[in-house]
Amino acid sequence: MNGWVGKILRVDLSKNRVSVEDLREEAAHDYIGGRGLGIKYLYDEIDPKVDPFSRENKLMLVTGPLTGTNALAGGRYTAVTKSPLTGAIANSNSGGYFGAELKYAGYDMIILEGKAKAPVYLWIENDSIEIRSAKHLWGKDSHQTTELIAAEADEDAKVACIGPAGENLVKFANIMNDNGRAAGRSGVGAVMGSKNLKAVAVRGTNGVTVADPEGFREAVLAAIKEFHDPYMSQVIGNYGTSDVVEFSNEVGLLPTRNFQTGVFEGASKIGGSVIAKYNLRGATKTKACFGCPLGCGRVTRVPDGEFKGEGEGPEYETLGSLGSVCGVENPEAVMKANYICNRMGMDTISAGVTIGCAMELFEKGYLPEKDVGMSLKFGDGQAMVHLLENAARRKGFGDVIAEGSYRLAERYGHPELSMTAKKLEFPNYDPRGGQGFALAYATQNRGGCHIRNEVHCVEFFGISLMGIIETGGSLDRFTTKGKPEVTKRFQDFYCMIDSSGICNFIIIGMPDHNVFINLMEKGTGLTFGGLGGFLNTGERIFNLERLFNLKAGLTSKDDTLPWRMLEEPMPEGPGKGHVVRLNEMLPEYYKLRGWTVKGVPTGRKLAELGISTKL
Amino acid sequence: MAKALLVNLDKCTGCRSCELACSFKHHGEFNPSKSNIQVSIFTENAFYVPMVCTQCDKPFCGEVCPTGAIYAAETNGAYVVLVDKEKCVGCKMCTLACPFGAITYQSNGCVQKCNLCEGNPECVTFCIPGALEFKDWELRTARKSRTYAEKIYHQKEAD
Repeated sequence: MNGWVGKILRVDLSKNRVSVEDLREEAAHDYIGGRGLGIKYLYDEIDPKVDPFSRENKLMLVTGPLTGTNALAGGRYTAVTKSPLTGAIANSNSGGYFGAELKYAGYDMIILEGKAKAPVYLWIENDSIEIRSAKHLWGKDSHQTTELIAAEADEDAKVACIGPAGENLVKFANIMNDNGRAAGRSGVGAVMGSKNLKAVAVRGTNGVTVADPEGFREAVLAAIKEFHDPYMSQVIGNYGTSDVVEFSNEVGLLPTRNFQTGVFEGASKIGGSVIAKYNLRGATKTKACFGCPLGCGRVTRVPDGEFKGEGEGPEYETLGSLGSVCGVENPEAVMKANYICNRMGMDTISAGVTIGCAMELFEKGYLPEKDVGMSLKFGDGQAMVHLLENAARRKGFGDVIAEGSYRLAERYGHPELSMTAKKLEFPNYDPRGGQGFALAYATQNRGGCHIRNEVHCVEFFGISLMGIIETGGSLDRFTTKGKPEVTKRFQDFYCMIDSSGICNFIIIGMPDHNVFINLMEKGTGLTFGGLGGFLNTGERIFNLERLFNLKAGLTSKDDTLPWRMLEEPMPEGPGKGHVVRLNEMLPEYYKLRGWTVKGVPTGRKLAELGISTKL
Repeated sequence: MAKALLVNLDKCTGCRSCELACSFKHHGEFNPSKSNIQVSIFTENAFYVPMVCTQCDKPFCGEVCPTGAIYAAETNGAYVVLVDKEKCVGCKMCTLACPFGAITYQSNGCVQKCNLCEGNPECVTFCIPGALEFKDWELRTARKSRTYAEKIYHQKEAD
């Protein structure tokens, strides 16, 4: 095989046993890699009804066929499992160097099964695989764990691990790799913790080949040429995603005080140019993931004071969730919160949006002070930092925060104040600010998420549509017309990006989708038959995830948004007066998807996609 | 004047594209462990250092080579140190002598090092941040002094 290395590492933690098997070639062709290959194996191997923390749930770390190549930012791996936060499919991908190293060790994916009797970590050095005790690592943060494993396994080992949050089954715990990169969403780290697996460390010295070497080289050079999108390479290349804060605020959708408004008076205090002052080695010094021409990462340091710390970030999503969503305008508090999340292994989005929800419950008098043990008003950076530390250890009220926003709001009788879709906390674009991405939030298989369909980038950042839909230019963000079609196509296209092994930041920076299709074809030797066939493969992946969710017990009732988004008009700013008009879009979306009015894929649609399974 | 492979540390982002370009060019596969250029990454300090053969005027690797397999040559206007594969016996003494780890043994019975891709270095083609250049080195003589001078200037301005 080319692109893929053709092997799967299967680890049964209950039986302390490892085995290597061939990658099923037809599964690779039909579901590609990463997110797609992950759902294929998960769907085939587990009952979607299982308890996410039971030993029957499996955790898959899956690379894509372009992972480890130089196809621009080809370093991604995806953690696929059943989410403890949402009960739906979880697929969280991450950059850094870990994914590529796994491929060089000779594996397209690792399937982690069962549960170890005591804490362990996995040490992979090419074909030598050990399950080692991690008793001495339990309780250590992600940086310490990475350092200790490098010291005892191999100094060049790449490490993906959980922090204390994953160990304590915090429902939004993530998997951290290479210190600062995260498979962030849906609580994949908690699943890892439930298996008593502290880390996976890997070192590989094998190569990855491609189907057409000369053609592939040309395709990469063409991609480099196309990549110079003004938004991605200039704006993000300057200060990283932190530069988006002020822009989002200007267009009126920077979520503020638990999404009560889209305008934050403190936006300029936590914007890109402010964060840049804390950037190590100069304001625009970038940190790139494996093979990435963009380098959106930053390494920062708060040198002194109560929020002293250092590490990667903060990026836009963090500045929103732990900044404007909590009403916090002290950049050092936000940065400290970021460092804590990275070290403890927690998703900054879910963590911030959950605390923002708690703050609103508190201010409205639904959450008594005696439960929290302190005052919890919007803007209180100290309280936020304190709660994060306690959430990771499930101490005091942190134990309630650790359950995520939906369970928190439900517990205090106001689930409508949870800013979630399918119980996954919203990222930092208020859905009232654009109808297309509102529909995307409502219909994403993993819940409220911005990077499974970046319609928002088209609706208000002026990023190109990559030619995947004919609209003759930009989209009016407040209209619902045509949005179901755009949303569907983007979702299917993103299934392909997330399965390829390339970072989606690279692809959305390109005006022409053919550059990406060409890379995939030259890399794998597959022919997709143009955009239609390419999207068809993406649609297959999307529908299999949908089937997983439906079997897990989700229904069309879960394809919705909180009351605030549907009924409470945006109070101010350019989006003033708007609500999400989901009912104007959802029926058409189902129809375009070939689903019944109840949101169930029809037999005909499944047959057309070559999915041979029934509900 | 002579061309050389120049490294600008300020521009390196730690993406390791150079390692991929090198191994793909010389081995037909993406495999950093076979690359002649290696990036050391110190994330905590945001410091990334590509290490590659500096093409020494008096190469240590050549001095210790018992078969005289290592020799100096010129390629596309650049001075380069090359390995004669016919003469190399795979004794690996050169890998011990090079203080930079820039010459390595590759389990094919021969050592390998950067040959500047016969005057068109592939790593430079794929270094998008522009940290690697293949240029007359005299064009960059003033760079480091200027970088430091700028620091003094900004310091003075701040005062």
